[in-house]
Amino acid sequence: MSLITWKSHGRFERNSLLLLIGIVIVVAIGGLVEITPLFYLESTIEKVDGIRPYTPLELAGRDVYIREGCYLCHSQMIRPLRDEVERYGHYSLAAESMYDHPFQWGSKRTGPDLARVGGKYSDGWQVQHLTDPRSVVPESVMPPYAFLAKKDLDYSDIEAKLRAMKAVGVPYTADEIANAKADLETQAGSSAAEAAGLQKRYGGKTINRDFDGNPAQVTDMDALVAYLQVLGTMVDFRTYQADAPKNQR
Amino acid sequence: MTEPRETDAHTGVETTGHEWDGIKELDNPLPRWWLWTWYACIAFAVVYWVLMPSWPGVNGYLKGTLHKSDRAEVAQDLKALNAQRGAQMAQLRTASLETIEKTPALQALALNAGQSVFGDNCATCHGQGATGGKGYANLRDDVWLWGGSLEQIQQTITHGVRSGDPAMHQSQMPAFGRDEMLKANQVDDLTEYVVSLSHRSADRAAVARAQPLFAEQCSACHGPQGLGNQTLGAPNLTDADWLYGSDRKSIHEQIFNGRGGVMPAWGGRLSPETIKALAVYIHANAGGQ
Repeated sequence: MSLITWKSHGRFERNSLLLLIGIVIVVAIGGLVEITPLFYLESTIEKVDGIRPYTPLELAGRDVYIREGCYLCHSQMIRPLRDEVERYGHYSLAAESMYDHPFQWGSKRTGPDLARVGGKYSDGWQVQHLTDPRSVVPESVMPPYAFLAKKDLDYSDIEAKLRAMKAVGVPYTADEIANAKADLETQAGSSAAEAAGLQKRYGGKTINRDFDGNPAQVTDMDALVAYLQVLGTMVDFRTYQADAPKNQR
Repeated sequence: MTEPRETDAHTGVETTGHEWDGIKELDNPLPRWWLWTWYACIAFAVVYWVLMPSWPGVNGYLKGTLHKSDRAEVAQDLKALNAQRGAQMAQLRTASLETIEKTPALQALALNAGQSVFGDNCATCHGQGATGGKGYANLRDDVWLWGGSLEQIQQTITHGVRSGDPAMHQSQMPAFGRDEMLKANQVDDLTEYVVSLSHRSADRAAVARAQPLFAEQCSACHGPQGLGNQTLGAPNLTDADWLYGSDRKSIHEQIFNGRGGVMPAWGGRLSPETIKALAVYIHANAGGQ
């Protein structure tokens, strides 16, 4: 009798260890074929000009965003569909969430998509809207987050947060980690002159100002608004070649 | 596999050979319908591999014979959309704002386009009816901070106010109280003075005290009579239109803290013809200047 016959499955079914090994091998092949290429294929690790890691303040804001469950109602993924591009702007690129761990794509849109909300509204509007959504959008069903403006941002562990991000692949430099606390305080409301270090580390487009309108305090609101204002603004779509063959897929 | 299989006497089907407390399991084959559905799925998958982007390789992935690309498709869709919007939108691009407003067909197009874009982008601050709110200008009246001509509206939409755009409108109302430029009683007096400017009853002694102060601190932007200056976005203080509220508390707060609203620049977000349509829409809504 040959080693493998139509009845050979009986061998696996009668031996749980053999079955386990068989499952591991099959799943491993599936994983190797489907996952491994994602790490080396040009098309899955596209590099796009302008993408940078989040600044410490933006990263802290992202944590507020996740903590408050904003993702439960807001997606951050403009799909390549005509109506979405018409409403929200250029479709999201994979590179735009390459430093998001975890990404905030989502699919639930009780509120609008936020992938390109950066710069769409003023800081004042964002603060007012987060404080009392219905004061600016009467038909809104969003809950108010007024407490964010009163709550001091806890950034005692911001260096550790940057190190954690670095551990999962975000290329924070030693300089960026060492200056995380200073950069955070600078971005949340000091003059442009003092922001030279911040802009050297994170690029000239980095916005530094008092986001929540309260210069005396660095609040959760500062961090969240700083994060919202950077969403979707890193890539300059006036120079991005959407039609180039390498960008078509 | 060599052990003899037991056949169930009642059904004539082989058993699996297991036995639990006298219960044995029949080794029936899979139902044919199930099995064929499964085979069909496998066949479908193979066809799908050929037609659609599928297997990854070393340098790329199989593109599939249909050359399906979501990004290329949406580019096509947008091209088709532009073709559909067609010649009229192209006219919006080239025609001057005055021509658009005076040509009924173009004006109707601009008003339609303007209304839908307004609802999507502007209404969040200026309100669905464009009547504004505290800190957000009312676009339905004839009071304009930065000018209400077609070109001025277009300029404001394109470059914004204190937006960071190189060509933005820029001015700063000082925080006279917070930055201790004036004493508390001086801010109180100025509040009375500003109330009196809009023809309301105010404390006469305070008004008299504040008069030189206003000339010294405020008139450079708001004008000696408080009529405002559109090149600086300084509002007219003599009318009934108030961006941050008309009561004494609001006026006091504005002198004390000197807020300046921010309007984003839409030049990078909306196309030039869309901004033109918006300008015509807003101009028509407000009666315009």
